[in-house]
Amino acid sequence: MKIRLHEIAHCRAGDKGDTSTLSLFAFDERHYTLLRREVTAEAVGRHLSRTVRGEVVRFEMPNVAALQFVCRQALRSGVTTSLAIDPHGKCLSSELLEMEIEAGE
Amino acid sequence: MIRIGCGAGFGGDRLEPAVTLLERAGLDYLVLECLAERTIGLGQKRRMHDPEAGYDPLLDRRLAPLLPLLKRHGTRLITNMGSANPLAAGRRVVRLAEEAGMALTVAVVTGDDVLGIIDPAAPSLENGRPLSGHGPILSANAYLGADALLPALETGADVVITGRVADPSLVVAPLAHRFGWKLDDWDRIGQATVIGHLLECAGQITGGYFADPGRKDVPGLADLGFPFADIDAEGRCRIGKLAGTGGLITAATVKEQLLYEVTDPSGYVTPDAVADFRAVRITPTGPDQVEVVGGTAKPRPDTLKVSVGYHAGFVGEGEISYAGANALGRARLAGRILDERLRPSIPELTVECLGGEAYRHGFLEGLPPTVEYRLRVVGRAADAATAGEIGREVEAMLTNGPAGGGGARGSVRETVGIVSTLVERSRVRPQVTVVESAR
Repeated sequence: MKIRLHEIAHCRAGDKGDTSTLSLFAFDERHYTLLRREVTAEAVGRHLSRTVRGEVVRFEMPNVAALQFVCRQALRSGVTTSLAIDPHGKCLSSELLEMEIEAGE
Repeated sequence: MIRIGCGAGFGGDRLEPAVTLLERAGLDYLVLECLAERTIGLGQKRRMHDPEAGYDPLLDRRLAPLLPLLKRHGTRLITNMGSANPLAAGRRVVRLAEEAGMALTVAVVTGDDVLGIIDPAAPSLENGRPLSGHGPILSANAYLGADALLPALETGADVVITGRVADPSLVVAPLAHRFGWKLDDWDRIGQATVIGHLLECAGQITGGYFADPGRKDVPGLADLGFPFADIDAEGRCRIGKLAGTGGLITAATVKEQLLYEVTDPSGYVTPDAVADFRAVRITPTGPDQVEVVGGTAKPRPDTLKVSVGYHAGFVGEGEISYAGANALGRARLAGRILDERLRPSIPELTVECLGGEAYRHGFLEGLPPTVEYRLRVVGRAADAATAGEIGREVEAMLTNGPAGGGGARGSVRETVGIVSTLVERSRVRPQVTVVESAR
């Protein structure tokens, strides 16, 4: 069964230079294992490939039931000089929540 | 136990939540974090035109209502509103106090300006190109830490005003000062860094930047309350907000802020420590209240990060709307015309459709059906006149482009870019200057 991440998770975007940080949290901590299995760095890189041109690194944070994705070359040269309509990449948090994952065993 | 409130999370933040915090929260310290990455570069440009300018342009409006309340409630203020000219900011704060007939002491922290000691030929941390190769350098400011703020607090001043300081240090310093924590007590300094990192964005921990209607509902966003933290001598921390203010504090709002802008949760580098967030525990302890424990750290680095501001040319921008029948076709046609006319003189040019996929840096591919498109053309040029061509060409679409274009607008702005370098800590010498009101 496919579900959209938005149904079980929330996300906040941050930025540092040309890097976007996307913090993904399970609403219900019991879903953390599912997120860890399905939302890999590779899957996030594929889902955001229109925007994120560099590597995606994932950190696991079981203490807060979160995954931290650090996405390089995501902001078209960085906040101060980007010509993008959203130079901070704030919209990326909601775009990540559009990702579909396999929720079955 | 001490109580620290945060009354601003960025330079343009709302003015009134800090007033509410001072009036009702019984704060020991109020922190105002008002300095974004490029703000000092812009301030430096203002200072070149006027030696008494270069501090936060909202300083008068933000601080005038706060100064009498600080005095009345015995709250000390710590802020980086000094920006590119902390001494002038300190003098201005004293003047504001005099105008209000108040006695006030301000401790100004300087020394973050390292323009004189950086090597313009050094590679930037971002892309390895020489710092000066990005454009004419405007400013270079090292991120000072709690060690630079402590002597200012020790003067007993009512207000401590700084330029570039790491955001969490604005909170680490008063904790170390009040509890006598050693700056190499890594567990406590790590936990203090966590608390500072959570508070620094003000409303972002009380429900601001969090709401998603139907999924994450936040009450009272038009009257968002800002946070305060109660911290004991062991570093245990409870974060709360005033009853009756809008917003909410939950484990979820605090967790989102914990990881905000963090590129390595096991090593969050500040001038005070390399903080480790992996053992932080966030537990609800009451309505709009959570407990935060477990921050720790490894020793601080021997270098300080320096933000180097450079002149990044002029950005010209223009927009025009197309709606109704074949709106997308007409927007695309206008986009092709503008690209053909502008790209020869402005190679760094973007043509995209708002309401389509512009946020993804998209170019009109795979758009969903909609009845309205706003074409956006933006580019960078070395001079303002060339950048201004973008707005003029977009406006020309009113009579020279596809049918039915409306609402054309154009603008030009000067931009300051930021790159980073490192400087040896031993080469940076923070100083404290005390200024007092005449009465």
